[in-house]
Amino acid sequence: MAAETVLSLRGATRRFGGLVAVSDMSFDVAEHQVMGLIGPNGSGKSTTLNLISGALQPNAGTISLNGASIGGLSPQVINRKGLARTFQLVRLLPSLTVLENVKAGAVFGYRRRWGDEADQHALRILEKVGLYKQAQSMTGQLTYIDAKRVELARALAGDPRILLLDEWLAGLNPTELEEGIRLVRTLREEGRTIVLVEHVMDAVRSLCDNCVVMAAGAKIAEGKPEQVLSDREVIRAYLGDDDA
Amino acid sequence: MDILITGLLLGGTYALIAMGLNLQYGMSRIMNLANGEMLVIGGFAAFWLWTSGLVSPFLTIFLVAPVAFVLNWLIYIVILRPLVRRARSRGQLEVDSILTTFGLSFVAVGIMIATFGGDYFSYSYLARPVVILGENYALNRLSAFIGAALIAGALYLWLNHSRPGLAIRAIAVSPDSSRLVGIDVPRLAAISFALGGAVTAVGGGLISMFLTLDASTGVLFTLKALIIVIMGGVGDIRGTIVAALLLGILETFVATVIDPGLTLAAAYLLFVSILLLRPQGLFGRSPS
Amino acid sequence: MTAANSRDLVVAAILLLLAACLPWIGSTYAIAIGVTIAMYTVLATSWALFSGPTHYISLATAAFFGLGTYTTAIGIEYLPYWTLPPIAGVLGAVLAVLVGLATLRLSGVYFVIFTLGLAELVRQIITWIQNFSGQRGLYVLTDITEPHIYWQLVGLAALVYFGGWLIGRSRLGFALLIIGNDEEVARHSGIHTARAKLLLFMVPGAVAAITGAMLAPRYIYIEPSLAFTPMLSFQVVIMALLGGTGRLWGPLVGVIPFTFLWEAISVSFPNQTTLLLGVCFLIIVYLLPKGFVGLLMKIRQLGSGAEVRA
Repeated sequence: MAAETVLSLRGATRRFGGLVAVSDMSFDVAEHQVMGLIGPNGSGKSTTLNLISGALQPNAGTISLNGASIGGLSPQVINRKGLARTFQLVRLLPSLTVLENVKAGAVFGYRRRWGDEADQHALRILEKVGLYKQAQSMTGQLTYIDAKRVELARALAGDPRILLLDEWLAGLNPTELEEGIRLVRTLREEGRTIVLVEHVMDAVRSLCDNCVVMAAGAKIAEGKPEQVLSDREVIRAYLGDDDA
Repeated sequence: MDILITGLLLGGTYALIAMGLNLQYGMSRIMNLANGEMLVIGGFAAFWLWTSGLVSPFLTIFLVAPVAFVLNWLIYIVILRPLVRRARSRGQLEVDSILTTFGLSFVAVGIMIATFGGDYFSYSYLARPVVILGENYALNRLSAFIGAALIAGALYLWLNHSRPGLAIRAIAVSPDSSRLVGIDVPRLAAISFALGGAVTAVGGGLISMFLTLDASTGVLFTLKALIIVIMGGVGDIRGTIVAALLLGILETFVATVIDPGLTLAAAYLLFVSILLLRPQGLFGRSPS
Repeated sequence: MTAANSRDLVVAAILLLLAACLPWIGSTYAIAIGVTIAMYTVLATSWALFSGPTHYISLATAAFFGLGTYTTAIGIEYLPYWTLPPIAGVLGAVLAVLVGLATLRLSGVYFVIFTLGLAELVRQIITWIQNFSGQRGLYVLTDITEPHIYWQLVGLAALVYFGGWLIGRSRLGFALLIIGNDEEVARHSGIHTARAKLLLFMVPGAVAAITGAMLAPRYIYIEPSLAFTPMLSFQVVIMALLGGTGRLWGPLVGVIPFTFLWEAISVSFPNQTTLLLGVCFLIIVYLLPKGFVGLLMKIRQLGSGAEVRA
């Protein structure tokens, strides 16, 4: 692969008491690549994302961003090194306007701005996600997909080297889903590096360059989406032994 | 040796009081900063019934327990539950409950001062020495300890070996998941809060046998109970008992060897070192 | 926006200048009340600067205040008075950092307990040390009069307001706003939450210590139970919350009525001050969750809504 490796996991492991939630995970994400992290519920996808973003500390293994180890660092340090994320359950800042929510990412992220520059940048990002007109609204008035857009905009506003999307498309209705996929596709076309945890297989097929499939905390397959999704072991992990 | 036993005797009563607070915090997630006033009320009842009618404090606690239970149940239902309902986040409930229970604590102190005055109250009950291992100890301290140990033991068995006890421990671990397995969390939270208040009041009745109390000492006991609960770990009865005994011994040591005026300072320094070294409590697992 | 901001500054400056005129027109009693109000304004405003956005309820005011009074009481023997308030400020900030390092990473309950015990801890230690030296208290004999104290406090208030205004426009202020909304998001947006809280906690720590240092000459005789009275911490919390922490001027709106109420109750029912504190706490939680400021905003909203309909 010619492109530079942005994110790399080697043997990352996380235990909760006796339960091994993530076991010996290894994969690489190259620059401009969109990587899908898929697997049945409880297979450890979100935990993996939390290990990468610093919300959880790995018990073993290394995680590196642009060649520097970030395993065990705190989320704020990792964010400043160029990694931003959205949350599985949308988390907005309720007492702030939409613009201020996005500004939060612009002021403290990987590339840091302040004053007018931060406002202008936040507005540009809002325009990109299609919320320019709602810049002065309070977050309580937003529809579900708009709330998700704000969160995405906040993550984008710091110009991160890599973006983690934790089930960003989950819970959307069919029309919203189409819009959502289109939005992520524009990010992809801009050449952003993205890791997304997703259940919506159509989205995974159309958006991802590469997929890692997890089951019971371990990686069971890796490769191009169409190739991986026809893998026997992957089908068994999703549907159980009888259907394979 | 002398210090160790006196400390253990004191710690036993502390354990009971802290168990009361732990029940309340573990189940209802409300840090009851008016807990110490419940203790003073229990102590006052014991004082009043002994001085006016020579009723033994050991009988009084059987009266104090149900009254305190009902009182705390009402406090929870009428005053605290609306806060739980309106809270949009854990943080908001925390701030609200801190302010409310402080308010209740001040109101209780104010009412007690208005009705009974701000004087110290103490009485002399079983103030005879007994000899253990060649040393003299006050009989009232010993019997208060035995009373506290019996009640704490019963509570421990009930929590660990009964169905409601299991449900209560489940709530302490995770209120949301408990709801999913069919535990009536709001009802049990109210009952635990009431029970915790009753246990603390009984502890107050026992401690008044050998300590001098006044209307405004409650906050000192709240502070001590909080320190014990945090040291022992929230929802951890065994940890609470160990932490209470440790605190009892430490206080007795400091009071005898250094200066009686420094007991709270010592407890507080213990608390700081726990916060810095083991914020999850003595026996707690590190938070995930 | 900038025009409104500079207008606020001008208004604040005029009001402070007017307040500074009190000693020339007021009676001795008015000046005494003025000192009390100025003192609580400074304490409650600086308290709200930290506790408003972070939701950490600090009960350490008495500890910082006492530290300040003792700085003057001990220092006056060796140093000129004017050096003492700044020294107290530095000591207060240092103590705040120590307290913050131990507790600000933990949940709010720990912080409350810790700060509640802090004043008592320092008081017990000072009493213990004094037992060795055999003195009960210390004399602060100066030629500083009530008007002098009053002017110092008004000056300090000006500093606090200006500092608060600057913080509100800074990255630090914005960071704290985010932390107050959702600490998890703040961390994942690259904010060093612990550092931001620590920095801001130094403000009430330093200000309360300076206030204590300025008030020491008023008390003349300093002893631990006077300097470290826990009641002070609670009064400051109540005044700040009663006024509302959402605006810089909010605490002032709580300080003025509460000071008069407190004076009235202590004169006629000296035993009922505790009850008053308790009732105020309950009123704040159940009736005025955002203080008088929140109430005013609501009334203004209703007013403008009615106009639109009419």
